[in-house]
Amino acid sequence: MFKIIKAEKLAENIYSMIIEAPRIAKSCEPGQFVIVRADEEAERIPLTICDYDRSAGTVTIVTQVVGASSLKIVGLKTGDCLADITGPLGRPSDFIDEDIEEVKKRNYLFVAGGLGAAPVYPQVKWMKEHGVSFDVIVGTKTKDTLIMEREMEEVAGDHLFITTDDGSYKRHGMVTVVMEDLIKEGRKYDVCVAIGPMIMMKFAAKTSLSNGIPTIVSMNPIMVDGTGMCGACRLVVGDEVKFACVDGPEFDASKVDFDGAMKRMALYKTEEGRAFLKEKEGLTHKGNCGNC
Amino acid sequence: MIEVDMMKKVQVREQDPKVRATNFDEVCLGYNEEEAMAESTRCLNCKNPKCVEGCPVSINIPGFIQKVKSGEFKEAADIIAESSALPAICGRVCPQESQCEGKCIRGIKGESVSIGKLERFTADWAREHGIKPEVKAEKKGKKVAVIGSGPSGLTCAGDLAKMGYDVTIFEALHKAGGVLVYGIPEFRLPKDAVVQPEIENVKALGVKIETDVVIGKSVTIDELLEEEGFDAVFVGSGAGLPKFMGIPGEQALGVFSANEFLTRNNLMKAYRDDYDTPIARGKKVVVVGGGNVAMDAARTALRLGAEVHVVYRRSEAELPARVEEVHHAKEEGIIFDLLQNPVEILEDDKGWVKGIRIIKMELGEPDESGRRRPVEVPGSEYEIECDTVIMSLGTSPNPLISSTTKGLEINRRKCIVADEASGATSKSGVYAGGDAVTGAATVILAMGAGKAAAKGIDEFLSK
Ligand SMILES: Cc1cc2nc3c(=O)[nH]c(=O)nc-3n(C[C@H](O)[C@H](O)[C@H](O)COP(=O)(O)OP(=O)(O)OC[C@H]3O[C@@H](n4cnc5c(N)ncnc54)[C@H](O)[C@@H]3O)c2cc1C
Ligand code: FES
Repeated sequence: MFKIIKAEKLAENIYSMIIEAPRIAKSCEPGQFVIVRADEEAERIPLTICDYDRSAGTVTIVTQVVGASSLKIVGLKTGDCLADITGPLGRPSDFIDEDIEEVKKRNYLFVAGGLGAAPVYPQVKWMKEHGVSFDVIVGTKTKDTLIMEREMEEVAGDHLFITTDDGSYKRHGMVTVVMEDLIKEGRKYDVCVAIGPMIMMKFAAKTSLSNGIPTIVSMNPIMVDGTGMCGACRLVVGDEVKFACVDGPEFDASKVDFDGAMKRMALYKTEEGRAFLKEKEGLTHKGNCGNC
Repeated sequence: MIEVDMMKKVQVREQDPKVRATNFDEVCLGYNEEEAMAESTRCLNCKNPKCVEGCPVSINIPGFIQKVKSGEFKEAADIIAESSALPAICGRVCPQESQCEGKCIRGIKGESVSIGKLERFTADWAREHGIKPEVKAEKKGKKVAVIGSGPSGLTCAGDLAKMGYDVTIFEALHKAGGVLVYGIPEFRLPKDAVVQPEIENVKALGVKIETDVVIGKSVTIDELLEEEGFDAVFVGSGAGLPKFMGIPGEQALGVFSANEFLTRNNLMKAYRDDYDTPIARGKKVVVVGGGNVAMDAARTALRLGAEVHVVYRRSEAELPARVEEVHHAKEEGIIFDLLQNPVEILEDDKGWVKGIRIIKMELGEPDESGRRRPVEVPGSEYEIECDTVIMSLGTSPNPLISSTTKGLEINRRKCIVADEASGATSKSGVYAGGDAVTGAATVILAMGAGKAAAKGIDEFLSK
């Protein structure tokens, strides 16, 4: 059992939790994730590590409600316990293992869409701590769905660019518009890291790659164990089949088959897909589609 | 009184195939006291018992059977406990036909003594009568870490605890038991009734179990030795990595590894209403492969309501699964498409599986494994409709541990290199056994390796 030190609502359907998990806090790095189970009957669901405090032995996770098991997680309050949290899983971001002097020579562009602000945050925090230069774009549907603005501002200062699809707050338009704007202003980037919904990553990557910027994306397919044991998370990267939980979750965007990955995800994320799933799963369909 | 035909096993009661094909309750009901005592009269109590030679952990088989014969069941259980820590499990899942029972003298003219069923009876009787293993060893004041809570890890931990070591098991999943809980289904190995009590017995010896710890990620072996004060480590991390065929269409929706399918159903209990786990229940399911894992996946899909075909590239004689499982699968209505191999999975416009293209095979010359090599019959391809494909092509060890441990040697199959007699690896203080060393094998071999390593570790720490 893992104690919830603090549970907090960030926006409609989005919650953050600080969890006591000393082993994970000690060894996690930006780019990695955890698998969480709310209680004995819940599913195992992968969640990003959004922040960590090594000395306090805590990690922060951000959950968006999509189905029965995530609903269970956000139903827990400060002082309650999660049945399980396992990790850190996946490979840390590439820059963690690279020569820091090389990394310092680069200018990074981080692009976060929606919930993607959570996994991007520890990366920009790391950049700041290590004196690496960067800009960060945070895009969201509308003002009310924006998360982690204060935290981002603290580490990014005037390198933070917020945009809303509907123009209700700060800049107006998709993240790709801001990317184009910054590039047009003459800003030069050596690496782009784009994290968010699959469709957003696909178009963000298209924009950065067409401007000649090597791009990394973080994939979030269906997972079960998170240790390479089941293959549920497999993706085609280049010509190879990779398991996102152990080979990723971050991959070179130029090699990712976004359409293939979206097809696998469509099942769980679209209206039509969910109805189909309900029929396929028959009696074992337990409302994870978020529709019932 | 049961009349015993000395040529034949006393029949064991089983759930009717038609009934059990729709539930997840145990298929085999086991012997009762009377049946067990009757079967035990068939044992010849050989002076030079061949069955013991066939047992990877050398249980004193005639010894315990004689005790069953005289109704001294506790004494029978004590004899088994000298050599095996998980008898209720082994009695259910060991391939007895190629081990103890395969060597039984009775088996030359008639049927062998039903050693597996007698072992199961004895272990079940002991559990139902609350008999627990005893701990008498003095504390050694030394700490051993065991990685993985499958049969090898549980056995090694149990033996070391009995010797007085302070043992902690680290398990990556949220529940202890390894393949016993995530792989082998309820209808073959009941979890709450059989597996859990065996794990409790290991805990009763003083073994601590820390779940949700992925060694190599949460903490490394080097950190366990250098920072957490462990004096030795046993690696029993199994062979969990699934293989896929690499044929077109394998990324289609509705293609699963057997591991995913079984984990969803067994560990995460998709078949039960009170659990949140979903599973795709196909209408027509093709399982590719012929081992125990394939049989388990097929029989699980059947119980979830599907018509199930097992597609295997060799013939019936080469099926690697236990004979009893193949027999049970057939009784339940699984269709075996033998000497056939998939070449492509066909998808519909939504990306879901709609069929599979298969080529017929024939057996050619024997290959390095001694089995005749299957070769394709040109022009014999055909398609069958299906909505789910489960790949059960074998598994290999996960490189997570070997790639994060300095100086731990592996072979080209990614298996950890370890001495068979002591479990010692290339790294001082680190021992290994079970599927992590041999590649996917059996419960009893994993137990045997755990036992050998416990001895090896004791010798190392007593120096
Ligand atoms: C579906 C199925 C059916 C089978 N049927 C039979 C049968 O009928 N008879 C038979 O004899 N054998 C059978 N087998 C084979 C048998 O189960 C295995 O040979 C045996 O379980 C191996 O034991 P083990 O202790 O080596 O590993 P496992 O049982 O595989 O246990 C390894 C454990 O280590 C954990 N682990 C792995 N990596 C890490 C890590 N980095 N950190 C922490 N923990 C880790 C895993 O989560 C797992 O719990 C079957 C296997 C399967 C999959
Ligand atoms: S989640 Fe099971 S292999 Fe990646």
